[in-house]
Amino acid sequence: MLWRYILKRIIWMIPFMFAVSVVAFLLIQAPPGDYLTTYIARLGESDEVMDQATIDNLRARFGLDRPLYVQYFKWVSNILVGDFGMSFEWRQPVSDLVWERMGLTMTLSFATLLFTWAVAFPIGVYSAVRKYSVGDYVATTIGFLGLATPNFLLALILMYIGVVYFGSDVGGLFSPEYKNAPWSWGKVWNLIEHLWLPMVVLGTSATASLIRIMRANLLDELNKPYVDTARAKGLSEFWLIMKYPVRVALNPFVSTIGWVLPNLVSGAVVTAIVLSLPTAGPLMLQALLSQDMYLAGAFVLLLSSLTVIGMLISDILLVLLDPRVRYE
Amino acid sequence: MSDATERSLTVDTGHAGADVAIASQWQLTWWAFRKHKLAIVGLWVIAFLYLISIFAEFVAPDNPSKQNRRAVYHPPQMIHFIDRTEDGISIRPYVWKMDRKRDPETLAITYVNSGDKIYLTLFGRGPAYKWWGLWKTDIHLFATEKSRDKFFIFGADRLGRDMFSRIVYGTRISMSIGLVGVVISLFLGVTLGGISGYYGGRVDAVIQRLIEFVLSLPTIPIWLALAASLPPDWPIYKQYFVITLIISLVGWTELGRVVRGRFLAMKNDDFVVAARLDGASEARIIFRHMLPSLTSHIIASLTLAVPLMILAETGLSFLGLGLTPPAISWGVLLKEAQNIISISQAPWLFIPGGFVVVAVLAFNFLGDGMRDAADPYGH
Repeated sequence: MLWRYILKRIIWMIPFMFAVSVVAFLLIQAPPGDYLTTYIARLGESDEVMDQATIDNLRARFGLDRPLYVQYFKWVSNILVGDFGMSFEWRQPVSDLVWERMGLTMTLSFATLLFTWAVAFPIGVYSAVRKYSVGDYVATTIGFLGLATPNFLLALILMYIGVVYFGSDVGGLFSPEYKNAPWSWGKVWNLIEHLWLPMVVLGTSATASLIRIMRANLLDELNKPYVDTARAKGLSEFWLIMKYPVRVALNPFVSTIGWVLPNLVSGAVVTAIVLSLPTAGPLMLQALLSQDMYLAGAFVLLLSSLTVIGMLISDILLVLLDPRVRYE
Repeated sequence: MSDATERSLTVDTGHAGADVAIASQWQLTWWAFRKHKLAIVGLWVIAFLYLISIFAEFVAPDNPSKQNRRAVYHPPQMIHFIDRTEDGISIRPYVWKMDRKRDPETLAITYVNSGDKIYLTLFGRGPAYKWWGLWKTDIHLFATEKSRDKFFIFGADRLGRDMFSRIVYGTRISMSIGLVGVVISLFLGVTLGGISGYYGGRVDAVIQRLIEFVLSLPTIPIWLALAASLPPDWPIYKQYFVITLIISLVGWTELGRVVRGRFLAMKNDDFVVAARLDGASEARIIFRHMLPSLTSHIIASLTLAVPLMILAETGLSFLGLGLTPPAISWGVLLKEAQNIISISQAPWLFIPGGFVVVAVLAFNFLGDGMRDAADPYGH
């Protein structure tokens, strides 16, 4: 049953991914003109002139002269075999450029997700069980502040504190000596050492909203008769709460992964630009600005699929966690 | 049953018996809302910020685009109220005049207290402006007594422009972009959510998939891609509207869900069936009978959508893809704080960020209070 459900959900993803790819394609097509117009304009600034024949040639070589739907199908069918096209600006295959950055983006997003859960779960349970205690008020206040502070502002403030009070630049994901080094254990450790800051920056607002969700859900459950029954039977307070109401309250918590992940991926873009992380964000912004459409399109597509995968994971987790969720 | 309702209403509103029985729904909502202290604070803060944005020209002591080479990174000056002079103590607001010094070795510019005072007055004269483009005046909320003097309560930026005046003007754009965006979201959310809930079936399924799809898209990459497609040489008002449109494309989903849920629940209520049996047209049933009972919910969801839009605009402008100078919004101002060198030299560039946080918090408190109060019969 479970496997059939998972299979069904995966098949459901196909129309979804199709829609995502159309949106991504339309988005990168939206700017007036194409990469060549931008390129020609840039050449024009330095007084170089291209004659019309060269332009037409280039346009034909990149397939920019074909109708839109032909370009789309060419793009998608190439992606299906793993070819994301050429980056105009870098003169390199897009797949060479995106994977390492996407890998770091994924690492960052999932690490943040785990961090968010690890922090939000105990705090949420605590503030529900000790409702209106000092700790609850502190958690609520921090939660509201976390929701109201834009990611990039938090990143800037932490950077400011780092530079002014600790005299170190906290940006980036690697120390200079590891930046271009091949992967090794030392580099992985270095990454972990640098990961906490973007994790905190990114995770704050999601943690804040998860705490509120956990608290509200648990509060709804705590007044139910089965809790009283368990208490009357003499179960210890800790196990009583952990075993029954928390388990029920966990459902909406898990299903939030579906929207927390898109938010994290989004937030990661801005945070990465501020903290100059070698993740997808900065390169995507640059590609968008220079209309490097295959590169930008690959990023928009991959980032969107990341969130679709997140939804899939949350649905599967939900089924595993709660037998009442029907396999439909 | 009526006993129980009455008792719970007493608890929720703090009003008793007969009062509750004859109060209108709006009265009940207001009573429930008033008990929410944080929501009331939020309401005041928001009212204050909107007052500032309406009277921006009057509140700002200086022209926000006026550059001043002699005040580059001028630090903030405290306003002192109690003036001690040889004649005794009086209440007269002033700031210390700062002198520009250049460090002889590092050539860095520093500002030192010169010991002179610059006195401030209420309703003094400053740069001339046109009030809402209608009539010309040069009266400002507060100004220096001698109009040649300048003062910077929030400091100055890298071109010596007065941060306070810039923030005041930025308030106008940042606070209004949320409102305009919410109107577009309102339209989309109520139409699509209403259709979805009222007709149900296949239409409902399609619209629900659409909402799920929009929710699953990572917003910032999409916004970036959309915003990058705007020609940078557009005039400010055009940028403003397109950015608002882009931001509101995502904001409507939450409202759509609320409206749909309510419509589904209400569709077979007695009053709706009665209206239908009376031969009312569908438009009339929807707009005259169903929507009014949703008004308070809609207002609450809208209030919660505004801060999201403010944050979105700030983020986009910060990245340089939203509004661009010479437009002034909180995000545009924060863009100045983007590099670490300028903020370690001039931490007051963070002040617009404080405004963003305060505005977003206020809207969240207000929205939470409204959502709880929206359904006075709900408990």
